[in-house]
Amino acid sequence: MNQPIGRVARFLDSDLWWSFRTSPVAVASALVALVCILGAVLAPWLAPHNVLDLASVDLMDAFKPPFAEPGWPLGSDDQGRDVLSAIMFGGRTSLLVGICAVLFSTVVGVALGLVAGYLGGTADALLMRLADVQLTFPAFLVALLVDGIARAALPQEVHERIALGVVVFAIGISTWPQIARTVRGSTLVERNKEYVLAARVIGLGNMRIMATHVLPNVLGPVLVIATLNLGLAIITEATLSFLGVGVPPTQPSLGTLIRIGNDFLMSGEWWIAIFPGIALVAMVLSVNLLGDWLRDALNPRLR
Amino acid sequence: MVAFVISRLLQALPVLLAVALISFALFTFVGDPVAAMLSQDASAADRTALVHLLGLDQPWYVQFGKFVGNAVQGEFGLSYRLSRPVSTLIAERAPATLELAFCAAAMTLCIGVPLGIFTGIYKDSWVSRLLLTISLVGVSLPIFVLGMLLILVFAVNLGWLPSFGRGETVQIGWWSTGLLTASGLKALILPAITLAVFQLTLITRLVRAEMLEVLRTDYIKFARARGLTNRSINFGHALKNTLVPVITIAGLQLGGIIAFAIVTETVFQWPGMGFLFIQSVGAADIPVMAAYLLLIALVFVVINLAVDLLYYLVDPRLRAKR
Repeated sequence: MNQPIGRVARFLDSDLWWSFRTSPVAVASALVALVCILGAVLAPWLAPHNVLDLASVDLMDAFKPPFAEPGWPLGSDDQGRDVLSAIMFGGRTSLLVGICAVLFSTVVGVALGLVAGYLGGTADALLMRLADVQLTFPAFLVALLVDGIARAALPQEVHERIALGVVVFAIGISTWPQIARTVRGSTLVERNKEYVLAARVIGLGNMRIMATHVLPNVLGPVLVIATLNLGLAIITEATLSFLGVGVPPTQPSLGTLIRIGNDFLMSGEWWIAIFPGIALVAMVLSVNLLGDWLRDALNPRLR
Repeated sequence: MVAFVISRLLQALPVLLAVALISFALFTFVGDPVAAMLSQDASAADRTALVHLLGLDQPWYVQFGKFVGNAVQGEFGLSYRLSRPVSTLIAERAPATLELAFCAAAMTLCIGVPLGIFTGIYKDSWVSRLLLTISLVGVSLPIFVLGMLLILVFAVNLGWLPSFGRGETVQIGWWSTGLLTASGLKALILPAITLAVFQLTLITRLVRAEMLEVLRTDYIKFARARGLTNRSINFGHALKNTLVPVITIAGLQLGGIIAFAIVTETVFQWPGMGFLFIQSVGAADIPVMAAYLLLIALVFVVINLAVDLLYYLVDPRLRAKR
């Protein structure tokens, strides 16, 4: 009954929470990240205008400068869309794709890393060789190539329907080797510990041992990498969308907004591109700072 | 040494073959060249004849062999989008990309390594702290946002530098260079900075971390005890021992520069291979995509080989083992 309360109390008493409270950078970046996430998640209710609803957009409102009218705090773009609302809805797509891609790569990386580390032998050699090969290419290039190949290989109407999934897959698949290697390393250590031997002695299957006994003990470092990968995934998605090969135009992300705004940079309407750019950098920087803090907090040796 | 190079090359071969297979699969399964080449009222016999002429009725491994044979000779057919030979297109664009990548790489190493050494040696000075904070922002700043900011400040507001293109180029044989004209050099500044900043921050942080690591070791303490000068300790003993990881990362960075050249070229409409590739992805121009894919794979294999060979030169322990 009082177990959840006990857990909260234990957390508030923990080293991690203390290290968080006493680090101004961590608290500040957590606040910024929270604002970004809330703004994105609550966009349909908080945003001044619904930019996805074409009926509410009026060309007469185009190119309003920022800080001029109360209904258009950050100005409006060439179509008359409110920039602030566009950022909130765009941040939604950016976060959604980023989080899904990180979840995907983490699940794949952890699963393959566990299998490679625990089973060893041919599976290990094969998987790690594959990871080595992929690691010689930059993650961004892998994501771009996977996305490009999917774009060329799928019929257009199929691609349009699953475009978001394709981007998630492309970004996710580009970062699995790093996670798999880390998990494999920790699994090799855990494999020979006594609790694993005991589980084997009582006749548990390999799958069961990996999933319920080894897994919880190798997840610590994964948390740090996943946080840092989130920043990377958001940047990668934004870059792909900026290049015009990312998310579909019907679901604009921050990268799409910057791509649109880039066309008006030379003619003086700087706010269309710069505000989404600032939002993107704020989001990524806060996530990266949190990741850095988490790495130092979970790894006392670095202090 | 020779055996080492050969074993490395043999390891690289499967990678290249796998990439070639992907490119080949793109050609084979996407689009229908026969339908595109035949006229509307062609008969089934015409079709069979053309299929036979193109060799499409042969088993896939024969076709794949031909594809690889052609690829080795740089023959990828015509671009769907521009109707010109892919090899010509790439040869025209390669100098632009290579000049950009080379300048960015030079900038990265010439600024990043000294900054890393400085922040490593003077780790508690406020200059180092400031540099590290800036580098953290640099890591979080997407390359295209940086490019846009530079354009906004130096091209739109100040009007000092051009915002797109390569400026005037001079033709030397088949190589077109922008390094010999004033407008070419001016056009190079912003893209090169954009491309270099991200890699620069990474290399600074890496060199710093390695310097800190090495400066803690016993042989550095011993060198200090012997009364050697700081200069000789920092550069003669410490820096040399940071080189192995730095070379690995520098190799990876060269790869990163080539990958992110795609983004930089798009922001600055730089007429290089990356810009060509992005346009091809948008238009599903498969011959160009396939050629670029193979070329990139080749470049990365060469970079990795060069990194391995440099290890050999830098780390005597590796030489002794063989």
